[in-house]
Amino acid sequence: MRRFVWPLLVFLALVGLLGAGLQRDPRDVPSPLVGRAAPTFELPLLAAAPATPATLSSQSLRGQVWVVNVWASWCVACQAEHPVLIDLARQAGVPVIGLNYKDQPAAASAWLARHGNPYRATVQDSAGRVGLDFGVYGVPETYVIDRAGVIRLKHTGPLTPEAVQQRVLPLLRELAPGAG
Amino acid sequence: MAAGRIRRAALLTVALWAGAALADPALDARAQALGEQLRCLVCQNETVAASHAELAQDLRAQIREQLAAGRSDAEVRDFMVARYGEFVLYRPPWSARTGLLWLGPFAALLAAVVLLVRRNRRPAPPPALSEADWRRAQRLLDEPRSPP
Repeated sequence: MRRFVWPLLVFLALVGLLGAGLQRDPRDVPSPLVGRAAPTFELPLLAAAPATPATLSSQSLRGQVWVVNVWASWCVACQAEHPVLIDLARQAGVPVIGLNYKDQPAAASAWLARHGNPYRATVQDSAGRVGLDFGVYGVPETYVIDRAGVIRLKHTGPLTPEAVQQRVLPLLRELAPGAG
Repeated sequence: MAAGRIRRAALLTVALWAGAALADPALDARAQALGEQLRCLVCQNETVAASHAELAQDLRAQIREQLAAGRSDAEVRDFMVARYGEFVLYRPPWSARTGLLWLGPFAALLAAVVLLVRRNRRPAPPPALSEADWRRAQRLLDEPRSPP
């Protein structure tokens, strides 16, 4: 009987290891950008009057904590996320900027009119260039950027109420005390 | 009007793409080779070169553009790693963090070999017979068998 003890232990260890691996989400790839400076951008604002092609640059947000949410009207998960995002924008006390990723301006505006607009401002990343700089690979994605312009948190996929309550809001309170 | 602009932009992109492909087969081969080393993050078991995901198309365009601008293969790889992490590399680099990944299989093989060798080692030769035992064995062997 004793000869089975070792193989059994090895087997159980393997089961434990693989079982732990199964609990992890393979889509959640840790971003190397967390803790680094956020990519800079200057993009046209959505729904700016056509005569005045206004843009928003990331530089103008320096010195304050802000949240950027990558979304698109073609993205089904964004619709599911939207109520949570509206809630977050209400509670956050910091600007939530929409990055409209690879979308048509008209479709994006219509989508916001229908579902509500939680964004302080929305910029159009029609070509997906800025999204690429942010390492976006699955819309929606949400980033928290601190006063120094450093990405402090990345959430891939739709925000859940739990993620907002447990990760995003506590971080915002820590970074911008008194704002929330 | 917007649709027309988009169509023109699309045509221009296609033309540039086709033009680049025709103009420089060496660059094409490099872009293809790079794409085969990179993981598409949308469909994680496909390479950027093989995937039809939109992100993969963007990344292919990005690779091509950067190569055309004179960047080296390593620079393009670094560009991708800076954005998506080492996960994009199908061949992870050697580092302290990936040591187990690279050496693990060899360590397991070595352990298995050691175990097998130890198990199959010949059993120790039986102790030599004492003089008395030897004589007794001889006697037993020499004894005529009783007929059945």
